[in-house]
Amino acid sequence: MAVDVVAADDTDDQEIAADAGQEQGRGNLVSSIQSVLHRYPALSPALVLLAAYVVFTFLGDGRFARLDTTGRMLQQTAVVGVLAIGQTIIVLTAGIDLSIGVIAIFSHLFMARLAMNNGWPSILALLAGFVAATLFGTLNGALVSKVKLPPFIVTLGTLNIFVALGLIYSQAREISGDDLRGSGNGLLVWTGKTISFGSLRITTGVLMVVVLYAVFAYVLSNTAWGRHIYAVGDDADAAALAGIDVNRVKLSAYAVAGLIYGIGGWILLGRADTASTNNAGGANLDTITAVVIGGTSLFGGRGLIWGTLLGALIVTVYNTGLSLAGVNQDYRTLAIGILVIVAVAIDQWIRKARK
Amino acid sequence: MSAADTPAAPILTAQGLVKRFGRVVALSGADLELYPGEVLAVIGDNGAGKSSLIKCLSGAMMPDEGVIELDGQAVHFRRPQDARAAGIETVYQTLAVAPALDIAANMFLGREKRRPGPLGSILRMIDKPGMRRSAQEAVQKLGIATIQNMNQAVETLSGGQRQAVAVARAAAFGSKVVILDEPTAALGVKESGLVLQMIRDLRENGLPVILISHNMPHVFEVADRIHVQRLGRRVAVIKPDEYSMSDAVAIMTGAATVAGGA
Ligand SMILES: Nc1ncnc2c1ncn2[C@@H]1O[C@H](COP(=O)(O)OP(=O)(O)OP(=O)(O)O)[C@@H](O)[C@H]1O
Ligand SMILES: [Mg+2]
Repeated sequence: MAVDVVAADDTDDQEIAADAGQEQGRGNLVSSIQSVLHRYPALSPALVLLAAYVVFTFLGDGRFARLDTTGRMLQQTAVVGVLAIGQTIIVLTAGIDLSIGVIAIFSHLFMARLAMNNGWPSILALLAGFVAATLFGTLNGALVSKVKLPPFIVTLGTLNIFVALGLIYSQAREISGDDLRGSGNGLLVWTGKTISFGSLRITTGVLMVVVLYAVFAYVLSNTAWGRHIYAVGDDADAAALAGIDVNRVKLSAYAVAGLIYGIGGWILLGRADTASTNNAGGANLDTITAVVIGGTSLFGGRGLIWGTLLGALIVTVYNTGLSLAGVNQDYRTLAIGILVIVAVAIDQWIRKARK
Repeated sequence: MSAADTPAAPILTAQGLVKRFGRVVALSGADLELYPGEVLAVIGDNGAGKSSLIKCLSGAMMPDEGVIELDGQAVHFRRPQDARAAGIETVYQTLAVAPALDIAANMFLGREKRRPGPLGSILRMIDKPGMRRSAQEAVQKLGIATIQNMNQAVETLSGGQRQAVAVARAAAFGSKVVILDEPTAALGVKESGLVLQMIRDLRENGLPVILISHNMPHVFEVADRIHVQRLGRRVAVIKPDEYSMSDAVAIMTGAATVAGGA
């Protein structure tokens, strides 16, 4: 789909020429690169991803380049990928969400238990999971927009509340995929169903993630709501004076994000093939990592949803590539940490092109 | 044109507006009348309550007390959208533009046009090309030659160009009243001249304008009447051809008074 984005990408050629002209003496090339990267915010993560792919392909013993590895990486990225859509929307409004993972966890527990223990038809259990996640998101949104608490504090608090609710509710008991399938609730783990294209094996969950990205790319760049998300994060006071109901936009952003986490819970259930409080533990920070590497500004108002998908893929590619190269987990974590800091530094450097 | 030879009924009035912020009284019973087709300047020292007054008229602020009437009907604006819907457009002192959004997006912020047909009604797709064209027209109408590309992010514009975008937005959408809060504050001589010309053009097109400014030469150049605000209320209304700039400043600072002024 055409990615015609609202924020910061549509600068004109004239201006790029002017920018380049300004620094004629030193580095016409450098400042043109800066300008181009600024104009296309998803370009730098795309280049990083491509570079990582090429490097790991030629560096390793050939396992990395195999299609089954690609399929596995896509499957690994699915859960963080879908949750990061919600995180991106919230970060665009200049917020942050630390309760992502636990909302997804709660919703997948809720779906599984309603179906298994309470005998709900699986479609209703599924929808109930979505509704629960949407309500949790709405609670975050209400605390942020009505009570006017900082998003960091709100979601730090609800993170603990939702964790506790999940533990209390599930009594720390797991429900396996086999139990669900055996009781006619296969729908709940349908997202884990494999689809093969030759040796490339992905799941229906992976396809759902791609579709969701396409949907939200459209919504963010082609609807008034999407524009308002950017405007609110860019300058909330200006947006209010321009006639945007800032509180409503924020509330709806958290609610929509909640729904996305609910869908994330479904994808998680298929991916993990079990409902357990131990699933998706690191999802919060992983989504923030994906958002940041993907070039969305934590100050709000600037960024691109596709960048987040690339960011999530970059993390998986690094992890897998380094792992296949025999690098152990501790060093991989170290590498991702460095990657985040480099991404933010590059982002700042690109922004300087405009200041 | 002056108040005397315009039809007697004002288009917009405010009576006894009071606005308090804790112990600070921003407005202490402020009145205002705006007549059809006039440029009304509002002057006053810093903190005299000029911005507060127009924010009450534009829905950005709700007065604690007082009555606002538009075309003789009492109005209660709770949000800027309400005033905009009633035909009052405002350029705020802070400009109220979103820097990362482009010119066309800013022009239509909060009132995006949708595509005709199912694209718009079902898919809620906004009409980017249409809004771009309208933005281009609005900017051209005001004679701003330096702004060419409507896809340019507002943050890449100069202060004067941003101001011009904000003014063009108000001029394009204002159907009853246009309010400008210090629209020339950030501008050089040439750009100020353009904005003053825009104000005259608006008047020519029959739109009354409220202009807040600290710049006395600008005020005396375009205003039909001058509303002098002091300590949260109107202390005088004078005509630029009957008073000098130093008289106006004296009234503004309390050094002089006008008999029966307010
Ligand atoms: N949102 C607010 N919160 C608290 N006090 C405010 C607020 N807005 C205005 N005030 C106070 O109300 C008084 C009037 O302010 P206002 O902005 O209306 O003055 P002004 O005449 O526009 O001044 P200037 O010429 O500096 O723009 C000031 O004392 C100001 O501090
Ligand atoms: Mg002011």
